[in-house]
Amino acid sequence: MMNKGREDQAAPSADDAVEVRGLRVKRGKNVVFDGLDLDIPRGQITGLLGPSGCGKTTLMRSIVGVQKVEGGTVSVLGEPAGSALLRHRVAYDTQAASVYGDLTIRQNLSYFARLIGAPHSDVERVIAETGLTANARQTIDSLSGGQESRVSLAVAMLGAPQLMVLDEPTVGLDPLLRGELWGVFRALADRGTTIVVSSHVMDEALRCDRLLLMRAGRIIADTTPDRLLADTGAVDPDAAFLALIERDATGDHAPDDGAGAQHPLTRRELRETEEGER
Amino acid sequence: MNGTRTLATAGRVLRQLSHDHRSIALMLIAPSLLVGLFAWLFSDQDGVFDMYGPPILALFPFIIMFLITSITTLRERRSGTLERLMTTPLGKADFIIGYALAFGLMAMIQAVVTVTFAVWVCGLDTDGPVWQLGLVAVTDAVLGMALGLLASAFARTEFQAVQFMPLIVFPQILLGGLFMPRDQMPEALYVISNFLPLSYAIDAINAVTAGDEGWDVYGPLLVVGGFLLGSLILAALTLRRRTP
Repeated sequence: MMNKGREDQAAPSADDAVEVRGLRVKRGKNVVFDGLDLDIPRGQITGLLGPSGCGKTTLMRSIVGVQKVEGGTVSVLGEPAGSALLRHRVAYDTQAASVYGDLTIRQNLSYFARLIGAPHSDVERVIAETGLTANARQTIDSLSGGQESRVSLAVAMLGAPQLMVLDEPTVGLDPLLRGELWGVFRALADRGTTIVVSSHVMDEALRCDRLLLMRAGRIIADTTPDRLLADTGAVDPDAAFLALIERDATGDHAPDDGAGAQHPLTRRELRETEEGER
Repeated sequence: MNGTRTLATAGRVLRQLSHDHRSIALMLIAPSLLVGLFAWLFSDQDGVFDMYGPPILALFPFIIMFLITSITTLRERRSGTLERLMTTPLGKADFIIGYALAFGLMAMIQAVVTVTFAVWVCGLDTDGPVWQLGLVAVTDAVLGMALGLLASAFARTEFQAVQFMPLIVFPQILLGGLFMPRDQMPEALYVISNFLPLSYAIDAINAVTAGDEGWDVYGPLLVVGGFLLGSLILAALTLRRRTP
């Protein structure tokens, strides 16, 4: 990898929760990754940032083992990604809230808790941690978008996963709630949970231990929040991120026509078109 | 296979249904309404309902369960919940059997309601025992459910799933022996009808109507059971943990 995040991360792979080597993924005719290498250290919050269509969701899906891959290896907690042994240890929160709209919050959580064999007391714990206690008996369909995505996040927090892969868990939430949830993530990381979280909101980048900036299926920076700001001389992460993308676009990958001018159809766009059709 | 996870899934599917009162009402009452309409249609012609009533009794639950199951499972595939389930310890067989148990139970209640209505309200008269009529109706409803589970794998939208019904269900009704005894069909169609599960379902129900016993009833039912099991296994195989 280009620049290891922290000194203590220079240690060999035993310390890495995720190791990606030469990953190749194609979606339709688009090559999303053509030989991606990546390490994600244990016990930290790693932020995955980048423009729409850069491959964040595809990378997360590869890590949890639901993405069909063309080649390369992804190993997670020492096992091949998606292997049966990992299904108790890895939790995944998809981008669109993946919970049952016609069930109540508590019913949704009880079902997933039984699937992963989490104690029933976990249901109340995650409801409290996501601030949903007052709504626990409401069906998902009667909730707001932000509440719905919190339920989806709560499902990922059941049990004691060693790795949590969260695809934009705080989208559509107000700053106060975002702050609270990041507090929960921090507490989980302090207890040793590895968290990989993608985000569109750049101020969240500053709350991560480590940042991976992606563009067009490549990691253009592997850094920490402090170093990101120092390197680019920017005052806020938004500006820093734009500076890095510009640097990348004018650098050795020039043939591309500017940042995000063209990108393959993302899952989000696909879902939105399909929903529009119905 | 894991009992806890299978039962948890079946319970979850039933709990989802319990929030949808209108669907439950439709599921339980619609076949009876159709059977009632059919009985009324032939009320002036003696013996016609007794002849065609039983096959119709087997058909309606079959069709309704096919539709309900294919759309429900498709919704799961499309909403992202299936993808999430595939990252949990839930096995593919747990998922399919969970669904089969939940909808199988609904199919059973539906068949009992419909047969009861046909016999006691519409005055359906068969030579064989009524419970055998119920048995065949339940088997058919469960077959419809299994085929619906399988069909949902090949549809990308609810719209497509509904289109599968005429494609998968209607030919089976036409060739199943309801409109013409199978052995009087053109040779090629007769051969095709031998490969369609509904043909055996209608054979079984005709045997019950005629008061036949033993293998005349259970033989065809066993074949239907084979198709049912085959569709469930195929449906489990179409589930993929990894998708493009």
